[in-house]
Amino acid sequence: MAKKLMKGCEAIGEAAIHAGCRLFFGYPITPQNEIPEYMSGRLPQVGGVFVQAESEVAASNMLYGASGAGCRCITSSSSPGISLMMEGVSYMAGSELPVVIVNIMRGGPGLGGILPSQSDYFQATKGGGHGDYRVLVLAPSTVQEAADLTMEAFDLADKYRNPVIILGDGLIGQMMEPVEFSRNVDPSALPDKPWATTGCKGRQRNIINSLYLKPEELEEHNWHLAAKYREMAKEARHATYNADGEMDVLVVAYGTVARITRTAIDSLKEKGIKAGLFRPVTLYPYPTEALVEAALRARHVLVTELSTGQMVEDVRAALAGRRPVEFYGRVGGMVMAAEELAEQIEKLAHATTV
Amino acid sequence: MYNEIILAGFGGQGVLLIGKLLTYAGMNAGLEVTWMPAYGPEMRGGTCNCTVVMSDRQVGSPISSKPHAIIVLNLQSIDKFEPLVRPGGIMVMNTSLINRSAVRHDITVVPVACNQIAVEAGSAKAANMVALGAYIGASGLVDLALVKNTLAEKFAARPKLIGINHACLDKGFEIGAGARAGATARSC
Repeated sequence: MAKKLMKGCEAIGEAAIHAGCRLFFGYPITPQNEIPEYMSGRLPQVGGVFVQAESEVAASNMLYGASGAGCRCITSSSSPGISLMMEGVSYMAGSELPVVIVNIMRGGPGLGGILPSQSDYFQATKGGGHGDYRVLVLAPSTVQEAADLTMEAFDLADKYRNPVIILGDGLIGQMMEPVEFSRNVDPSALPDKPWATTGCKGRQRNIINSLYLKPEELEEHNWHLAAKYREMAKEARHATYNADGEMDVLVVAYGTVARITRTAIDSLKEKGIKAGLFRPVTLYPYPTEALVEAALRARHVLVTELSTGQMVEDVRAALAGRRPVEFYGRVGGMVMAAEELAEQIEKLAHATTV
Repeated sequence: MYNEIILAGFGGQGVLLIGKLLTYAGMNAGLEVTWMPAYGPEMRGGTCNCTVVMSDRQVGSPISSKPHAIIVLNLQSIDKFEPLVRPGGIMVMNTSLINRSAVRHDITVVPVACNQIAVEAGSAKAANMVALGAYIGASGLVDLALVKNTLAEKFAARPKLIGINHACLDKGFEIGAGARAGATARSC
């Protein structure tokens, strides 16, 4: 298939269809309306169903039902809408239901604004809803990667029977880049889900549930989930740029900010400053080991985010004091310019290591 | 080669469309490309802009604070973006709607009466194509034929419009190529 120029949002929608997903439930919110718009047009063409729910709460519970019945399904929203879905996400995590949730983040808290942000890192990676659970979190940096990770998200969700979040910022949702789709999954050819509630004629009934009133049973369930989350650690993934050998500064960034970092790094080459980029592709599980390996080859570590400092906590925890970790963030929908970031990196490169 | 271009004008002037055409043409020419629209509250104030990045290597930042070129179709846009252009860069300005001269002397300025030329070619709506043609002529970045082919594909459902738009691209291209030749002569 030839490359097509698509918006990140549209590419995510098309990728879901290519992954064999035929069900979308959601409620509109900027800056991700191109996903439901695209799905409302495309899904009926491929025998799928698009439902604009009465609210995000309803949409997430529709996902619960569809996933419980064994179907691949997806929703998309942006920060405030994702908060509304969190009750359902917790229930789906508790009931071990595979779903894909797209969050094209905007500034917060509250209604915030409609411009790009990475303010929901904590919410996505540390649980988000109530209860002791985790979801896989994938952070695309290009439109092609948004498409690839969306397709993979469905496989990971099924593999672990767990919700997967695609965490993008407003820039990745709105920008257009060439994209191609490597495979096209036939929904009827997907592996059976023997746990799904598909009608129990001739077999024991399946129950999709997150209620365990006996503490012994709930504890066992909690440890079962914890073991599964530990197992997920092998899915950790990252990318690097210019990060081989010794470095003055290692910059850690994800999503669109990682691209801005790349431009900043290039501009510093002529000044003789060796800066590298470490970009987590999975935010949960976090690529801790690879990060430590790269960071120990740098004199300084700089974390940059469109937040007041969220992922930086995971970087500090991973490095456990072995390197000083500085932070540079822009918030509220403001996005750092490459020149601005280059200045921060340069300042750090010239600072002495204590 | 790494080129960041900001295209700006009123909502309705078609700056997003010519940005997309340029991006498609870049993609068809084998370049790495990104098109990023401004989608925030600024677009609700009547101005509208997008950033196109074309490069022979992977595109980094999809937004630009120091563009190599700007295409500005109205006064608000030139006021906002003229100070940002990199020295040695290009500014295509629509003199039909901008009643002042360029301030910068360290860039190649391409003044084009986009609206008048478009009206003469048969449709005031094609003023954006005149501007795009001028930029292609002035930059030499992509082949005009590629842009025309892409436009013909995109407008396949409305074949009547293709001729007018092609004519506008040609007129703009001539002016842009002239400005480029002039700039080269001056720098020799």
